[in-house]
Amino acid sequence: MTDTTVGSIPVAKARVRRDIGLRRRYGAERRFRLYGMLAISFGLIFLAIMLFSIVSKGYTAFWQTAVTLPITFDEKIVDPQGKRADDPNVLVTANYPLLAQRALMTKLGVDPNDKPAVAKLKGFLSEGLRVQLREVVVSDPSVIGTTRDVTVLASANVDSAFKGQIDLTVPEKNRKVSDQQVAWMNQLASDGSMEQQFNTGLFSFGASSRPETSGVGVAIIGSFYMMVIVLLLALPIGVAASIYLEEFAKKSRLTDIIEVNINNLAAVPSIVFGLLGLAVFINFLNLPRSAALVGGLVLTLMTLPTIIIATRAALAAVPPSIRSAALGLGASKTQMVFHHVLPLAAPGILTGTIIGLARALGETAPLLLIGMVAFVADYPSTPLSPATALPVQIYMWANEAERAFVERMSGAIMILLAFLMVMNITAIILRRRFERRW
Amino acid sequence: MPLIYILGLVIVIGLVAYTVGRQRAASQIAPGVKQHSRVHYHGWWAFILSTAPAILFLIVWSIGSSVYVERQIETMLPAESEAGFASRSLELSLVHSLANGLRRLDAAQLENLPSSFAELQPMLAAKGVALAPDTKDYMIPIAVEANATADTVNLIGAIVTLAISIAGAAFGVSQVAARGRARNKVESVVLWALLGSSMIAIVTTIGIVLSMLFETFHFFSRVPAWSFFFGTVWDPRFAGAGAGGAEGQFGLIPLLAGTLYIALVALLVAVPVGLMSAVYMSEYASKRVRGIVKPALELLAGIPTIVYGIFALVTLGPFLRDLSAALAGGSPFIQGQSIFTAGFVMGIMLIPVVSSLSDDIITAVPRAMRDGSLGLGATRSETIKKVILPAALPGIVGAILLTASRAIGETMIVVLAAGVAANLTLNPFEAMTTITVKIVNQLTGDLEFNTPQTLVAFALGITLFAITLVMNIAALYIVRKYREQYE
Repeated sequence: MTDTTVGSIPVAKARVRRDIGLRRRYGAERRFRLYGMLAISFGLIFLAIMLFSIVSKGYTAFWQTAVTLPITFDEKIVDPQGKRADDPNVLVTANYPLLAQRALMTKLGVDPNDKPAVAKLKGFLSEGLRVQLREVVVSDPSVIGTTRDVTVLASANVDSAFKGQIDLTVPEKNRKVSDQQVAWMNQLASDGSMEQQFNTGLFSFGASSRPETSGVGVAIIGSFYMMVIVLLLALPIGVAASIYLEEFAKKSRLTDIIEVNINNLAAVPSIVFGLLGLAVFINFLNLPRSAALVGGLVLTLMTLPTIIIATRAALAAVPPSIRSAALGLGASKTQMVFHHVLPLAAPGILTGTIIGLARALGETAPLLLIGMVAFVADYPSTPLSPATALPVQIYMWANEAERAFVERMSGAIMILLAFLMVMNITAIILRRRFERRW
Repeated sequence: MPLIYILGLVIVIGLVAYTVGRQRAASQIAPGVKQHSRVHYHGWWAFILSTAPAILFLIVWSIGSSVYVERQIETMLPAESEAGFASRSLELSLVHSLANGLRRLDAAQLENLPSSFAELQPMLAAKGVALAPDTKDYMIPIAVEANATADTVNLIGAIVTLAISIAGAAFGVSQVAARGRARNKVESVVLWALLGSSMIAIVTTIGIVLSMLFETFHFFSRVPAWSFFFGTVWDPRFAGAGAGGAEGQFGLIPLLAGTLYIALVALLVAVPVGLMSAVYMSEYASKRVRGIVKPALELLAGIPTIVYGIFALVTLGPFLRDLSAALAGGSPFIQGQSIFTAGFVMGIMLIPVVSSLSDDIITAVPRAMRDGSLGLGATRSETIKKVILPAALPGIVGAILLTASRAIGETMIVVLAAGVAANLTLNPFEAMTTITVKIVNQLTGDLEFNTPQTLVAFALGITLFAITLVMNIAALYIVRKYREQYE
């Protein structure tokens, strides 16, 4: 210590501090913080990229190009021999595409003798119009002989072109729509006959080989059946098991084994449950393949550990004072559990169940193995009829190459994500609303 | 009578018993008589006595009767060598379809049943029943006999069930007394029901293991175990159904290598990012940032894996392929489906898993350690790196093992993003396939069930189950053994 004087007052000179590398360490600290922020942004950026890529590919699936044509239900084509009074099947097998073709030819001003043009006309409208026109005539045969305006769907290629998804600068023979079809498209669009309407078919159609008549209707019903089965089976069994393990079980080897088992089952890959479903439900019990019942049973087994773990946490959170108070007033143990503890744990159980159901809704792998990869065109009438599920339908469409199927696949993913978001938000709202801090 | 009607009747009898029992108990309330149980317990006891034994009997009888009818049909069928069918089960299923179809015919048609199938088929077709053309004539009387037996057996079962139900109801109602301990009896039944539900978890595990073991042994009787576990070629060589096809080679090694490689890439992505996110969120982030980022990461966790798979297939795969083509100036060195693509996307999926598991572990380290280190002059990052992470290390290792087991068991991402080519390579830009992809491939297709090609899926499944089980147990063990008790 050296003393120096300022004026006449002695002031100690500041010590030269030993270099403890503060600058380097603060630099390391800043870098560490930066790494943390980069890590979080990495995850969030990819979340954003994924959502963006799906929405950008899928939002067009909710709009469908349709053409409104005045169709003359010419009796000479629908029922040439006038037999419809005796044999209603005549109306079922009539040549409806010809009616639509005639109507389109008149609208576009195409000469019936111009064979190449007529050939190009054939791929313009969806082939699903056969069923549509048949429905119109069969439900109201008085329409025969009159002219009505009917809105029919355009074919998938024309639909893609109308949405601007086909590159029109490519030479004609390399693309799916010809120049002539594009010209017709523009003509119809300009006079208002061809326009985009909301694609209700995406929600109501079943599987189809043509993109424009395919939808997730069957898949949604199938998933709904499976969710109902999971709710009806997994919730009571899971809650019952948790109540036993949490309230009644004495500490013994058996309960230890049960606990270890449940924790293991929660971590088993989902495809193993699919194998179990195949071996036991389909081979041993001979349940029908592709049935929503089998899918529901497999998903129940998968969701059970989740519900058990969530319920145990909810039951454990109820304070012991409530239990002692009930017992002190003379309730039996069963009455105490069912009348006092369970209602208080109900919000936690509900949240756990909704989260478990949301997980089950998005599962694909076990369903692939039990045969739900099926082409199901009609709505399943019972849980035992063939059905498919929403994620499985997405998987099946992913294997198709047509552009319109890619669009529908992304649209279906958006629908699935919407369902999941609703379920998760419901769970969060319920948790916030009913949460009690003891 | 179909099963549903009998079940419905039993339940109706139970409800009647409940009402009567309850009424009877209520009528016995009088001053000076102390009721042991409340009235509804007496009702419930009568309900249980009338429904539970009857339903149990019904279940046992249905199973027994279907076995009995099966046995009867089998004795009536000609010897195996004469029948000329590929398998007995095919014959049995034809008889069953025929029997079901015959039920649709009305009484007059059943009286004059033609004796040849050729005449019978149009009759059935008119009722909307389509039957396989190789149904033989001798099956017709067998089917008629089977239907008759099934009908008698069902009738007997229905009568006995209803008798048991009514007897139970009567007994339950007669037991109603003021000092009757109905509540205790009902509660002990409830307790047994609870115990039964928790046994379902054990039964499921046993079911998984047994069912797969059974089929696996079946498989190992056709293909030697050592060639499965140590074989390096996977070439199932599908044969047509019914043909005695050439046995393919079923080697596990390429699949196992693919699984482990992709899991490794996924962990390389997920662990650093997840761990740093958890550290940042627990140590540095303000409440507002945490309030936004935590739900966003939970959103990432809630997206189904098929969406990740499709993202890899449709967006990331082509992007990487074109990027590598641009970088290499010509042919792409990253394939459309590659280990890198699948592992990368899987890593993104696992980020929230690692993050939430690590978050729990890091916040469990007591504040005293943190404060002590800061008090001695360490910066926050030094505290984390040198004090907190080592303290949390067992838990983090456990979290990594759990994440790895999830990565190994993941199916949809690899089905869509990794290839199906089972090759052994070290280049992460080529395609390799995994165990789960092959399970899906072997079982989605038109194959007979008992061929090695389908049975190998069970062998693969049990291998997968064993690997993930070992990893989960190891994770638990490590956490339990090395966790330091600070308080």
